[in-house]
Amino acid sequence: MANIKELSKKEELFTGGHRLCSGCGAGTIARQALLAADKPVVVVSATGCLEVSSTIFPYSAWNVPFFHSAFENSAANCSGVETAYRSLKKQGKLSDDIRFIAFGGDGGTYDIGLQSLSGAMERRHRMLYICYNNEAYMNTGIQRSGATPKGAHTTTAPAGKVKQGKEQLRKDLTAIMVAHDLPFVAQSAVGYWNDFTTKVQKALETDGPTFINILQPCRLGWGYKPEDTMMLGRLAVETCFWPVYEVVNGEYKLNIKPKEKKPVAEFFKLQTRFKHLMKPENKVLLDEIQAEIDKRWEKLLKLCGQTA
Amino acid sequence: MIQTTYSKGKIAAKTGNEVMAEAMRQIAPDVVAAYPITPATEIVQIFSQFVADGIVPTEYVAVESEHSAMSACIGACAAGARTMTGTSSQGFALMWEMLYIAAGLRLPIVMAVVNRALSAPINIHGDQSDTMGARDAGWIQIYSENSQEAYDNMIQAIRIAEKMKLPTLVTTDGFIISHAMEVVEIIPDEDVKKFVGEFKPERYLLDIKKPYTLGAIDLQDYYFEHRYQLADAMNKAAPVILDVAKDFAATFGRKYDLYEKYKMDDAEVAIVVIGSAAGTAKVVVDELRAKGVKAGLIKIRVFRPFPHKELAADLAKLKAVAILDRADSCAGAPAPLYTDVTSALYTHLGGNGPRAINYVYGLGGRDINLDHFRDVFAKLEKIKAGEKIEKPVEYINVRIG
Repeated sequence: MANIKELSKKEELFTGGHRLCSGCGAGTIARQALLAADKPVVVVSATGCLEVSSTIFPYSAWNVPFFHSAFENSAANCSGVETAYRSLKKQGKLSDDIRFIAFGGDGGTYDIGLQSLSGAMERRHRMLYICYNNEAYMNTGIQRSGATPKGAHTTTAPAGKVKQGKEQLRKDLTAIMVAHDLPFVAQSAVGYWNDFTTKVQKALETDGPTFINILQPCRLGWGYKPEDTMMLGRLAVETCFWPVYEVVNGEYKLNIKPKEKKPVAEFFKLQTRFKHLMKPENKVLLDEIQAEIDKRWEKLLKLCGQTA
Repeated sequence: MIQTTYSKGKIAAKTGNEVMAEAMRQIAPDVVAAYPITPATEIVQIFSQFVADGIVPTEYVAVESEHSAMSACIGACAAGARTMTGTSSQGFALMWEMLYIAAGLRLPIVMAVVNRALSAPINIHGDQSDTMGARDAGWIQIYSENSQEAYDNMIQAIRIAEKMKLPTLVTTDGFIISHAMEVVEIIPDEDVKKFVGEFKPERYLLDIKKPYTLGAIDLQDYYFEHRYQLADAMNKAAPVILDVAKDFAATFGRKYDLYEKYKMDDAEVAIVVIGSAAGTAKVVVDELRAKGVKAGLIKIRVFRPFPHKELAADLAKLKAVAILDRADSCAGAPAPLYTDVTSALYTHLGGNGPRAINYVYGLGGRDINLDHFRDVFAKLEKIKAGEKIEKPVEYINVRIG
């Protein structure tokens, strides 16, 4: 369990001066992940908001070794870095104890980077992969991804006269990672610093590949006021739209159980991406989405050995 | 034929793939990341056995695609590891995006490429379409006529790449060299080790006391300078390639240049070719010489950087030259080697160079034999005598119409 007083005393390894939007959750994630790390880390990132906003040459917001090459290969790049580490250490050319974190947005992780992620996890590279999941291709201007929830408006699956945003359910990437038999898989959300930093610490202590899927409200893509980022992250969890749990060696554990499960409309109504779902004529669709959330929540509770 | 001027060399019968794996064993890189593809598979397959048997200290990453192979190599090399891989054709094509990034980040990865045709139609046999397509990627490209050259080129490539901070690929022609058994002189392990030395990167990711960002975004204010530096490194690579070749010759006895000149001193007609076909062509050159025809040959070894100035000087006195491409551009214009050679001629000789004709041959492993080269030289003799070049690109041994 992380201690906020101790964290606040640590050196900032993801520094201010980056060009992320005001209220962006990705910066919070990067900062908290590095504060949680107790050992030196090398960070690898996919192309995306986090990378383009934090490394505009000749500036860099990273006070740790940072590497980026392309969109779909953060995990493969990190595989190479981690393998170099093992090789040099084995040969006595290096003595430091180093950990590896790969970042990718949901586009770079759920979609174009899924193959490279799956390969890296299957090969058991000791790395923590963090998907900062804002549920669309935000860097290119809010396009639909495999992580975009049903009903959300994006610029490539917009709400219009005959369509009401994305027509398909989002992919359950966390379950796909669990199916890789990883020693540590977790979901977290911006707004729960303690949950997230604790999970980063656990993951970095784990001798093997680990994965955290953290929901990151995006004020631009989701359409809300910058100061509401933390509140929206928490509301996603309180409505069970984004459950916070971990799977350690196949054992599910629910980390946050809302005292009172709120209707998903409470979360949706604060975001312009779901504005159309608030119209009376879309009530059927909203009910369908609520039913799906309920179903998945029940399923998760069972996996965690809990009852509603 | 092997000329054993180096007393410690060991003569062995090996295929092109075996000698490339052998060179990799002797170089013993820190990391190899690779994915199987015909006809290059054997290289990394043999190498992975060296890893499994503990003969090399290398960590081998059996990745899930060539895109990830090059991505893992890029990560490993950036992290501070001497890194190698091997591929061919579609695998090379799948790496495309990452080839440019390896060069742009100035990572001295060395790759064995077995040249193979590109799909479609799918074909596993040898032509040079794959690496020709990446001629602007910023990789040094070194081609080999036979297994001995492939082996020697691999050993030299490590030093060239690391000195220039440029990724370097060494090729063989698919099956024709990769799977053909030839007599090769293998250098003792300790001498290869001494020749290639240690990899000492100036900056690397695992140097945690000196954290730095690699792969930053460049906007309008820096991108151009960084790309210029890459182009400039390629401009400066030729003398380094020659220095390494000189050292190689002094140590091991075999001489290498940017290209090989065969009977060019007084030649009036000549062909320019790359790879295994040069061996066949030399037989025809000898035959013509015996008949009094002043025939010659130039075999390109280093295609990138392209030796344009040197080539123009060596081709200047010819009456006619045929440039043979084992790749096509599908550009409505001649093929890559012709384009580069004629560009060199025009740039350095103005309109005073020899008359030039382009031949495309051997796509998808189609044979090129002595008769085909005889035909090419017969055409050159006619051009020399004043025949007009009707079609700038001719196709050898293909059914047309």
